[in-house]
Amino acid sequence: MMKENQLRGARTNKLIMILLIIGCVTIFFPLYMAVIIAFKQPSEMTNDIAGALAFPSHWSFDNFRQAMEVTDFWNSLGNSLLITVVTVVLSVLVCGLASYAIGRSMLNNRKFKWIYFYIVSGMFVPFAILMMPLVKQTAHMGIDNRFGVIVLYLVFYMPLNLMLYVGYLKNVPIALEEAAHVDGASTWRTYWSIIFPVMKPMHATVAVLTAMSVWNDVMTPLVIMSGTGKNTLPLAQLNFQTQFGTNYNLAFASYILALLPILIFYIICQKQILNGVTNGAVK
Amino acid sequence: MYKNERKRTFLIITLVIVAIFFCFNTLPLIQGVIYSFTNYRGYGTFDWVGLRNYIDLFRDSRVGHSYLFTFKYAIVCTIITNVISLILALGLNSKIRGKSALRGIYFIPNVLGGLVIGYIFSFIFTYILPVIGQTLGIEVLSSSILANTKLAWLGIVVVGAWQAIAMNTIIYISGLQTVPEDVYEAGALDGATGWQKFRHLTFPLIIPFFSINLVLCMKNFLMVFDQIMSMTKGGPSQSTESISYLIYNNGMSGGQFGFQSANAVLFFVVIVIISAFQLKFTGSKEEQL
Repeated sequence: MMKENQLRGARTNKLIMILLIIGCVTIFFPLYMAVIIAFKQPSEMTNDIAGALAFPSHWSFDNFRQAMEVTDFWNSLGNSLLITVVTVVLSVLVCGLASYAIGRSMLNNRKFKWIYFYIVSGMFVPFAILMMPLVKQTAHMGIDNRFGVIVLYLVFYMPLNLMLYVGYLKNVPIALEEAAHVDGASTWRTYWSIIFPVMKPMHATVAVLTAMSVWNDVMTPLVIMSGTGKNTLPLAQLNFQTQFGTNYNLAFASYILALLPILIFYIICQKQILNGVTNGAVK
Repeated sequence: MYKNERKRTFLIITLVIVAIFFCFNTLPLIQGVIYSFTNYRGYGTFDWVGLRNYIDLFRDSRVGHSYLFTFKYAIVCTIITNVISLILALGLNSKIRGKSALRGIYFIPNVLGGLVIGYIFSFIFTYILPVIGQTLGIEVLSSSILANTKLAWLGIVVVGAWQAIAMNTIIYISGLQTVPEDVYEAGALDGATGWQKFRHLTFPLIIPFFSINLVLCMKNFLMVFDQIMSMTKGGPSQSTESISYLIYNNGMSGGQFGFQSANAVLFFVVIVIISAFQLKFTGSKEEQL
């Protein structure tokens, strides 16, 4: 009886695996098509399905080279990298510190609890309502540029990041810092030498979640940086749409170039990213 | 002394953080509310108009239509996403080979940007799907669904769900992993199998994850923007104009700064009510179990 159950279990598991592998087609089909079109010439784009899905007659990187020129690829990539990296570093430094100050104080001070809720409730403020005033405000302050976008990201993701950090800090024993204080370390030093390293798993989660949201965001740079002539990688796809015209091959080469950096990053850091996301979700 | 030094340091840090947060979140929010009582066009002078913008919101058919579309989209997407991700998560959590590779693959859509994915899918809907439709003789599919006022929203649903499923599946998997093995063993002794096992054992235990996913999904789908921008630009004939897109389009360049600010305030209130309602509803269900 037991054996029969196991046998049936193994069979259903095999069936599940096959179904799941078939399901992967829905993930790979759009990507496969994008790659194929990116390598083709406009003359190869016939009106049947083969025009979009069959292998090109010869593989050439011409479209990619041209797309790089048209969309000013390296500058856009540089802007995206700069904005993402600086935002992530700032988020980890600032939100970590903020969560320590607020999270520890709210244990015995109700005012800090209100401050915590005040910031966390910012999660429900849609960008749509902030967008128009922020355009005026950043222009007025002279930060309607990459720097302004970074500051805005830091603030937008603060509610979530603060919540994640404070949740994690609850499980860090206070005895740890008290010992440091007995040795004469200041609060500032205690944080950087003891608490900051202890929060390492949460730093990874915060970094992953922030990086993915910032990298793919279009709306903020679209409204804030529109006057600067600078693009992020996704924004470049939007702004150069008219230049692609009906040359889908050029457009798709550009899309692939825009997707490639994050895809490579994901393949390399897949484990950390999945762990980070899971950590963030469970908290 | 140590206590005082600690208190002072915490206070200074908190004040700086609150100042930054206030300046770039609460201040623009307040400004948005103030603009909503004016007829500001985004430039030049403006007058106070009291509640007129809010009254007009309910008379404006374009605004009404954007709410209808956005809600239809968000509800349909939330249901599709949660059903499919739950099924996927159950599959990816069973004892199969190549589990981690499969999980990695199914997460890919989430790391890719919505805008570019929208462009790729819009090609599929415009050029690939019609060919398939013509070959199979399915009339509805024989022309681009994105050009059809009745069907264009479905194209955006497909892309929205395609990306959101990745994230939700991961959350459901981590939920399924919190279910202890002995629950199933006890259930097996009682003869629970298949659907019964899921309905009475698994699902009640992962309700917290179900509620996270519902709230996340609904909130994100209600704010849909990138996919609209890349696939339809609100068309054809404004049939896929989401609230965010309408606020962006008419508020930033359409000279309706004040009016769309009122729309944004209404949108904000709607999101808060829905999130609070969902949290309360799923929260109370959790307690009963």
